[in-house]
Amino acid sequence: MDRPLRLISPDPLDRLARTLEALLVVASAPLSVEELAAAADDDAQRVEEALRLVGERFAEERSGIVLEHVAGGWAFRAGREEAAACARLFERPAQRNLSQAALETLAIVAYLGPCSRPDIARIRGVAADSAVANLLERGLIAEAGRDTAAGGAVRYRTTPLFERVFGLENLSELPRLDDVGAGEAEIRDRLHAVAERRSA
Amino acid sequence: MSGGAGFAGGGAGISVRELELDLDAFEGPFDLLLALVLKEELDLRDVDLAGIVTAFLERLAEREELDLEACGEFLVLIAALLELKARGLFPDEAAELAELEPEEAAEELARRLAEYRRAKEAAIWLRERLTGEGDRFFRLGPAPLAPKVETPLAPQDPDALAAALRVLAQDPPHVSLSHMALRFPPVSQFLERFRALLGRRSRFDFETEVRELTRLEQASAFLALLELRRAGELTIEQASPFAPIRVSRRSKENDPQQERTAVWTVRSA
Repeated sequence: MDRPLRLISPDPLDRLARTLEALLVVASAPLSVEELAAAADDDAQRVEEALRLVGERFAEERSGIVLEHVAGGWAFRAGREEAAACARLFERPAQRNLSQAALETLAIVAYLGPCSRPDIARIRGVAADSAVANLLERGLIAEAGRDTAAGGAVRYRTTPLFERVFGLENLSELPRLDDVGAGEAEIRDRLHAVAERRSA
Repeated sequence: MSGGAGFAGGGAGISVRELELDLDAFEGPFDLLLALVLKEELDLRDVDLAGIVTAFLERLAEREELDLEACGEFLVLIAALLELKARGLFPDEAAELAELEPEEAAEELARRLAEYRRAKEAAIWLRERLTGEGDRFFRLGPAPLAPKVETPLAPQDPDALAAALRVLAQDPPHVSLSHMALRFPPVSQFLERFRALLGRRSRFDFETEVRELTRLEQASAFLALLELRRAGELTIEQASPFAPIRVSRRSKENDPQQERTAVWTVRSA
């Protein structure tokens, strides 16, 4: 079947930008370029160009609505200057009162995930059940299959909501933690010193 | 550690090693308990470590000053006992660590500590990030994307839909109102007819007489029959519901029993 002829408007990219704005405003989760292209019935490259236009229009300090690239997609959010008003309007249950235990568990899942409760407990030295349940309830982590080993404990990974709450484009934005500094070497030396005394 | 001069709150400090214990599994000085445990002559699983802590705290409370040196020593010893006991309670972990040389155990411990330290560092980073991103508000809601619409139906012929609609769009059949014009046949006509009939015969069968008539005429005839019965000109009998209705000329010969039955039958009909 022949493709119907596209009418050439004065600025077709501007027209596409308006379509993208509409799609982003009705969505409640970030949309990938592919999803936007499919919904706008246009190609991905043009969508990316049009997104730049939308980004210029909806930028911090220029608009109360801001376009951001987050959790692997594009989404509108409130401008930072409007945070106080937004906070008066509604709470954010996902990130309210995250305990230290929950944050440590979340960090382990984010860096080492998918991982199981026993994995988390081994690293933290205490049972992780309540912290995991807490994070599940908040929607920051989700189940991601089971361990292949016998017994097959449920494994967990972080959710797109986690990336959104923490403003991450994706998990690779997490800082590298290979070098935790001189502290590690010091601890190691002290432990070795104890070991020498014991074996002596 | 000090030379352990005092005993039982007597001298300058508490001697942890000479702390007298009175537990279910063991009675004697702390020092002896340690020795027995290390020689594996006493199973730590049977020892109530909380009891030792309590005994030490009681000894500590007897003194006016806090003996930091004794506290330090006690902490080290009780921590070691706790570790040993914990390993004993979890055999797998014990095997894993017990097989290691002290250097290897230290390395393993350092590795675990480093891992935990990384987790803690990451948690700190997340906490800071959360604070920094706290002014980002965004919409949260159910999954926004509609599932792709499946079309489970086989391809359909639009003409079939049109045909179906055509049937629905037709005018309903015209309702006949012809019966509205029907005149009810006069009851009087049947009054005359039944009187004449009973003049000729003493009894007749109602159904036989009206068989040829229309339903409306039959109804009219029945009304006439009831009218005549009321006037006492005839009697009506019916053996059972829907049985033939027998009509008889009223006469003095009819016995009272028969009369009562007829009345009863008609009323109940």
